[in-house]
Amino acid sequence: MYISGICSIQGRHIWRDGHPVSVPESTVADADFRTHVYDWLNPNYPKFYKMDLPAQLTFLAGEILLRDLPLAAYHPATIGLVLTSGSGSLDTDLRFAASLQTQASPALFVYTLPNIAGGELCIRHTLKGENTVLITPAFDAALLSEHVQQTLQLAGMEACIGGWIEAVNGHHDVFLYLAEKNKRGLGIPHTAHELDKFYQSHYGTVDGGSETPDH
Amino acid sequence: MSNAVHIVGTGVISAIGNTRAENFQSLQQGRSGIGRITLFDTAHRNTLPVGEVKLTNTILAYRTKLKKTSSRTTLLGLHAAREAVEQSGVRDLGSLRVGLISATTVGGMDRTENFFPAFLQDIMKGRLRDVVDHACGRSTERIADALGIRGFVTTINTACSSSVNAIQLGARLIAANQLDVVVAGGTDALTRFTLNGFNSLMILDPAPCRPFDAGRKGLNLGEGAGFVVLTSAALCAAEKLTPLATVSGFANTNDAFHQTASSPEGRGSFAAMEKALVMANLAPADINYINLHGTGTQNNDLSEGTAVKRLFDTALPPISSTKGYTGHTLGASGGIEAVYAVLALREQCVFPNLRFETPMPELGLVPQRTFERRPVKHVMSNSFGFGGNCSSIVLSNPV
Amino acid sequence: MEDLKRQIIEALNLKHLKPEDIGNDQPLFVEGLGLDSIDALELIVLLQQQYGVKLDNPQDGPTVFLSVRTMAQFITNAKKAKA
Repeated sequence: MYISGICSIQGRHIWRDGHPVSVPESTVADADFRTHVYDWLNPNYPKFYKMDLPAQLTFLAGEILLRDLPLAAYHPATIGLVLTSGSGSLDTDLRFAASLQTQASPALFVYTLPNIAGGELCIRHTLKGENTVLITPAFDAALLSEHVQQTLQLAGMEACIGGWIEAVNGHHDVFLYLAEKNKRGLGIPHTAHELDKFYQSHYGTVDGGSETPDH
Repeated sequence: MSNAVHIVGTGVISAIGNTRAENFQSLQQGRSGIGRITLFDTAHRNTLPVGEVKLTNTILAYRTKLKKTSSRTTLLGLHAAREAVEQSGVRDLGSLRVGLISATTVGGMDRTENFFPAFLQDIMKGRLRDVVDHACGRSTERIADALGIRGFVTTINTACSSSVNAIQLGARLIAANQLDVVVAGGTDALTRFTLNGFNSLMILDPAPCRPFDAGRKGLNLGEGAGFVVLTSAALCAAEKLTPLATVSGFANTNDAFHQTASSPEGRGSFAAMEKALVMANLAPADINYINLHGTGTQNNDLSEGTAVKRLFDTALPPISSTKGYTGHTLGASGGIEAVYAVLALREQCVFPNLRFETPMPELGLVPQRTFERRPVKHVMSNSFGFGGNCSSIVLSNPV
Repeated sequence: MEDLKRQIIEALNLKHLKPEDIGNDQPLFVEGLGLDSIDALELIVLLQQQYGVKLDNPQDGPTVFLSVRTMAQFITNAKKAKA
């Protein structure tokens, strides 16, 4: 099993396979980071605007990860998804709870589950295989790689996207990767050690991983 | 089968009973637990029926020996998990490789939502002890502590399919010989958060729900917990444990259609049921009872019904949703309904689908309308969650 | 109707649109702006919060929310009925 590509988003910084991704400076002062990256990527997917913080970051990481790793050759049912998170949908939970003071917002409520971000990724890239979300206190390369490995070993599975999505109150800590049986792209062995290496190489090196909350 | 995974213990608490025996009696007697909200103050008190567990936190705390300020999710979870462990006969959890895989969507929200309004007005207000157990994984950790489980502990949250996914993961770990015993299931307490949330989606029925009925108007929220104890066939033999059921097959898929609605043809649910049968090495005709997800919403029942009809065709067994009894217990539903599936196997019976009168015109499906004793060898249970997460499990009489 | 368009954009997070991008008679759902069932529910909340108008039956949604004009008409009629 191989890691074909990795995309991380920490604060307002993006890395692909360990290399910084430079997004052109925004011409709009104080631009919303996520919308800015979306505009730069230009995926023509207006549903993006309705997503919450974790779903938007997961979506952006997915676009950057998969733009040169097409999944079209696989039958959708052979691609799995394993996400991990500490806070889950807490950011949206708080906003929904606040909306209860006036009137409950259905658009916020639909995002008050940690697996909706994953669900959005499945809709975007037509992923129909096994998918799960595990709650862990911090990024856990061993747990994540173990689960992705197990998913890949199931009969018929060809690929699996693994990730850690921790996005709450302006804090962005997203790590998304593609593991496959075939070797392409980064093409390194799928191990906890490799995942940890990439994650640790930039975690905490920029802005403490946070940016000012923009909502 | 040398690496067969057996269920050796079950525990459940719901609107229709605080124990396995009480739940079964209610199922047999057609006694639903759906009624008025009593647990908290809400504008919807008289307009939205729910399936409340009929015990206060004080009593639950007394029985579980936890503090009564604990999250209700933790209290319900431990109550059911302990019942399952006691039935299992596993004596010394400390000497084996044991895991706890729990599932919840609410976590400690029942207490946090009491904290939040005061906090919103003034950040110095609100009792901090109300938020100590908020995190999704906390109820799991507290249940693990209370049961003395120090091995593999994790929490799954995939909306309404969470606890059946917990059972699937547990079964995998046993079959792969990574663990000897796994306590797996889920728990969720009723909260204003979920009540108002589902109400904003306009999918709640202002009357007791009518799954699979043409006149259905939506779901009723419920609460509760359901856990099973999983072990290998080898351990059963070694420790002389009594298998109650075998986990023959299961599957999980994503519908990849919409964040909360199912595709009209129920593609994700069809795929999950089909794959579960393949893993179980069974044909549709081998299934003797299907416990439907059957929430009572327009969307779920039509999608699920479409998928069931397409897969089972002329070999359709008795089908029913037990949510007419318990309400939709969200993260706990897969676990609770797995326990009901085991009861169906142990008691050789099928449960009725309450309040059914008219079949959906698009499908003409008629669910089981009465409690009936009949030969049951294989039971399928479905759980479909928001985010397109579709799960199906097949439990069988142990061989 | 201009106010209504601004409120719709705000409520539905249509950040990529300005009021002038939405035609008075342009279909809001399916092909038009591509709104979905959750958006319809948010529009129901909007009617309630901004105009004090209730839409109790979600089945009426498709006709009321056909376009900005039909929405505005519905609001006017409802307010007349209350007066």
